[in-house]
Amino acid sequence: MENLNLVLPEIFISLSIMFLLVLGVFKKNSSKLIFNLSLFVILITTIITINETFSVSRITMFNESIIIDHMSSLMKIITLISAFLVLVISLSYLKVLKLFNIEYPILILSSVLGMMIMISSNDLIVFYMGLELQSLGLYVLATFNRDQLKSSEAGLKYFVLSALSSGLLLYGCSLIYGFSGSTNFDVISNQLSSNEYALTFGIVFILVGLAFKISAVPFHMWAPDVYEGSPTTVTLFFTMVPKIAALTVFIRFLYIPFINLLDQWQMIIVFLSIASMLFGAIAAIGQTNIKRLIAYSSIGHIGYTLAGLATGSNEGIQSSIIYISIYIVMNLALFSCLLMLKRKDQYYEDIDDLSGLSKNHPLLSLCLLVILFSLAGIPPLAGFFAKFYIFKSVLEQSMYFLAIVGLLSTVIAAFYYLRIIKVIYFDKEKEKYDSDQSLWLKFSLTTSTILILIYFIFPSQLIEVVSRINII
Amino acid sequence: MNFPILTSLILLPTIGALFLFFTKDREGNNLTAKYVALFTSVVNFLISIYLWILFDQSTSIFQFIEDRTWIEGFINYKVGVDGISILFIILTTFITPLCIISVNNSIKNRLRDFLIAILIMESFMIGVFCALDLVVFYLFFEAGLIPMFLIIGIWGGTRRVYSAFKFFLYTLLGSVLMLVAIISIYWITGTTDVVRLYEIGIDVKYQNLLWLAFFSSFAVKTPMWPVHTWLPDAHVEAPTAGSVLLAAILLKMAGYGFIRFSLGLFPIASELFTPLIYALSVIAIIFTSFIALMQEDMKKLIAYSSVAHMGFVTLGIFTLQQQGIEGSIIQMISHGLVSAALFLTVGVVYDRMHSRLISTYGGLVSIIPKYSILFMVFALASLGLPGTSGFIGEFLILMGAFKDNFLVAVIASLGVILGAAYMLWLYKRVVFGKIINEDLKKIVDLNRSEYFILSCLAAPILFFGFYPDPLINTIEVSVTDLINMHSTNLAKK
Repeated sequence: MENLNLVLPEIFISLSIMFLLVLGVFKKNSSKLIFNLSLFVILITTIITINETFSVSRITMFNESIIIDHMSSLMKIITLISAFLVLVISLSYLKVLKLFNIEYPILILSSVLGMMIMISSNDLIVFYMGLELQSLGLYVLATFNRDQLKSSEAGLKYFVLSALSSGLLLYGCSLIYGFSGSTNFDVISNQLSSNEYALTFGIVFILVGLAFKISAVPFHMWAPDVYEGSPTTVTLFFTMVPKIAALTVFIRFLYIPFINLLDQWQMIIVFLSIASMLFGAIAAIGQTNIKRLIAYSSIGHIGYTLAGLATGSNEGIQSSIIYISIYIVMNLALFSCLLMLKRKDQYYEDIDDLSGLSKNHPLLSLCLLVILFSLAGIPPLAGFFAKFYIFKSVLEQSMYFLAIVGLLSTVIAAFYYLRIIKVIYFDKEKEKYDSDQSLWLKFSLTTSTILILIYFIFPSQLIEVVSRINII
Repeated sequence: MNFPILTSLILLPTIGALFLFFTKDREGNNLTAKYVALFTSVVNFLISIYLWILFDQSTSIFQFIEDRTWIEGFINYKVGVDGISILFIILTTFITPLCIISVNNSIKNRLRDFLIAILIMESFMIGVFCALDLVVFYLFFEAGLIPMFLIIGIWGGTRRVYSAFKFFLYTLLGSVLMLVAIISIYWITGTTDVVRLYEIGIDVKYQNLLWLAFFSSFAVKTPMWPVHTWLPDAHVEAPTAGSVLLAAILLKMAGYGFIRFSLGLFPIASELFTPLIYALSVIAIIFTSFIALMQEDMKKLIAYSSVAHMGFVTLGIFTLQQQGIEGSIIQMISHGLVSAALFLTVGVVYDRMHSRLISTYGGLVSIIPKYSILFMVFALASLGLPGTSGFIGEFLILMGAFKDNFLVAVIASLGVILGAAYMLWLYKRVVFGKIINEDLKKIVDLNRSEYFILSCLAAPILFFGFYPDPLINTIEVSVTDLINMHSTNLAKK
C-alpha cells in the first residue's frame, strides 16, 4: 500500500472542491461563505504540503507516475501561496465589477489542483491530465466578465490556441511513446539515447506545446490579448500561477526524460530564450495599456527564466526557480498597484492614467517606483539579484552570447519601465483616485514592496531553500 | 572587531533619508527637512575627516577592512580604503553638505524628496569608493542611477525627460557588459574579492576582453569621447545641486574604476590598450575644448570642459608613471571642487536671471563684485593657473605623459591653452564688458549661504594649489605600490 499521506494535499483539495461546489448549489447567496472557505482550504492545503512533503527528498508513487521531491513540494507551496494572495486581493475588485460569484474561487481551486498534479507528474498521461484540468479552469476564468466583449474574446482565443497547442503536445507525447515504449519519465530517460530524427520531432512538438503554455516567443501571440481582455485579477492569476507549474514541468521534461538529448534541445531553448527576451523588450515599448505591457514584460521575464534552463546544470535550474519566485513577488506588487487605480467604481488601466500620480499618491508612486526599477533589474533591488543568478549560471557554462543578448535586452526593457516612471513622476497630475483601499490590497502591496526593497540584506535564505533542488 | 566606520559612513546618509521620509512634507521652504539632511551630511563629513586622521599613510594595504559573508560561498560584503580611495570619500562627504545648503533657491517643490534623493545618492557614492568586492562595487555603481535619474527628471529643466533617459540608458548600456565581465571573473578565478584578485592575478588570455568590458562601462561614465554626449544634456537639464554631484563625484567613479580595476586587475591588457586610451583622451582634450569654445550656454560650456578635464585624467592614469597617476587623482579631486564651484556660480546667476545664456550677461563686475572675484578664482583654477589645485594635477599629468610618450604630451599640452581660451573668454563675456541687459542692474550680490558655499570651495582649491603635500602624501605609497605591482605583473608575462 502506498503512503497516501504524500498526496494528501491533492486529495484534500479535490474533496474540498466537490464539497464547495455542492454547497454553492444548495445554499443561496453563499458566495461570501464559499470565498472564505476556499481561502481556508488553500491555507490548510499549504500546511499539509509543508508538513507531509517538505522534507521528502525523492519518492515516486502509483507505478512511478507521481513524484514527490524537493522541487515539487517547493513549487506546490509557491503555487498555493500565490493562489491565496490572488484570491484575497481580488475580493474588492470582484465586488466592484459585480462578479462576486461562487464559481470564481472554485475555478481557481480546481485550476490549482491541476497545477499540483502537473508539478508532481512523472508520467506523460498524468501530466496531460493535470494540464487539461488547469487549462479548463483558466478558460472559464478568462471569460469570467462575460458581459464584456473583450473578456469573452480573450477566453475564446485562449481556448482555441490552447487546444491547438495541447494537440501538438499530445502528438509529441505519442511520438515519444512510440520510440521509448513507455509513458513514464524515468523509463523514457533510459530508452532515449539514439539520434533518430523522428525523436527530435517528438521533442520539438512537446517543447512547442510547453512554450505555448508559458507564452515564450514565437508562441506568445495569445498572451497580450488574453491578458488585456480578462478581468484584472484573472490576469494576475495568469501571469503568476500557471507559469510556476509550466516551468516545473518544463524543467522535468528537459532534465528527466530528455536529459540525454541535451545537445538537441539546448539550442531550441536558447533560441526561445533570446527571442522572448528581445521581443518582450521591444514590443512592450509601444504599448499604452498597462495590462498589455505587463503581458509583453512577462514574455521577456520568461525569456530570462528559460536562459537559466538552457544551461543544462543544476545551478541553472535553481536560478530559474529563484527568478520566477522573485518575479512573482514583483508581479503581485505591480498588480496590487494596478488594482488601486480606482475612481468611482471604475478601474483604470492605461499608462496615461498614471500621469502625475506622485503628486496625489506619493506612497503608491514610491511603491511603483521600487517595483518598476526592480522589474528593470537595477540594483540593489530584488529584480537585479534574480537576473544576476541567471547570468551567473549562464556564464558558468560559457554561454557568452546568451548572457550578452540577455543583458542588452535588459537595457531595452529598462526604457519602457522608465517610461512609466516618467509618466508617474515627471508628468502633469490628474484627478485623485479613491484612497479607501481594502486592507488586503494594502497589505500585499506593502509586504511585497518591502520584500523587494530589502531582499539584498538577506539574499542567502532563498538560495538555501532552492539549493536543495537537485534534478540531475 | 573594530567599530565599522566605513559601513557607518555608507549607512548614515540612508538613515538620514529614512528619517526624512517619515517627517511631514511641507510646501515651500521646508526648514526641518533641510536641517536634518544638513546635519546628517555634516556628521558624515566629520566622520570621514576622522577617518583621514586615523588613516595610516605609510602603507598601501587596505585599511578599516570589513569582511562579512553576504551570499553564502559566493560574495562577501567587503569594504576598505587605501590611499587612492580615501580622498574620493572625503570629496563626496565634503561636496554633499554644500549641495544641500545650495538647494535654498533652486528647488521650489518637493524639497524633502530632493534631499532624500541626494542623501541616498551619497550613500551609494561612498559605497562605490569603499567597495573591495567587484559585485558590491557594481551594486553601488549601478544603484546610483536611480536617484540621479529622479533628480534630473523631476527637478530638471525643460528637456529633462530626454536628458534623464539618455543618462540612464547610456550608463546602463555601458555597465551591463561590466556585469558580464565580473561574473566571468568569478568563474575564471573563483572569487570577486579585489584583494584576492590582486594577489592571484587573472590569466592573460582573458584579460583583453575583460578589460574591454570594464572599459565600456567606465568610458561612458568618465565620459570619454565619443560616448560623452549624455553629459552635456544631463548637466544642462539637472538642477544645480544635481549638476554638482554629477560633475564632482559621479564622473570620478569611472576614473577611480580605471585605477582600481583596469590597472590593478588587467595589467597586460592595460599596457596593450594604452594607445587607444591615449587617442581617445587626446581627442577628448582637443575636440571638446573646441566645442566648449563655441557654446552659448554656460552650463554646457562647463560640461564640455569637464569632458576635456577628464580626458587629462584618463591620459594620466594610463601613462603608468608615478607622476601621471598621482596627477590624475589630484586632477580628479581638483576638478571635483572646481567644477562643483563653477556649476554653483552659474546656479547663482541662474537663480536671479533664469537664463544660462552667456549673452544675457556682461558687465557683472560692477554690479556684483564679490561674485566676480570668486568666479575668477574658479575660472583660473579650471584653466590650471599655478597656485590653484588645477595646476598641480595638470602639471603632474603632463610630466608623466612626457616621460611616456612625447607626441601625446605635446598635443595634450595644447589642450591647456585651449582650456585657458574658453574659460577666459567665458569670464570676459560674463563678467566684463558693458552692461547691455538692463535687468542685470537689479540683481543682488551673493547672499550669506552662497558666499559660504563658494568660499568653502575656494579655500581648498587655493590651499592645495600652494601646498599639495597632504594629498600627495596620502596617495603616494598606494600609487607606488600599484605601479610596482603592475610592473611585476608585466615582468611575469
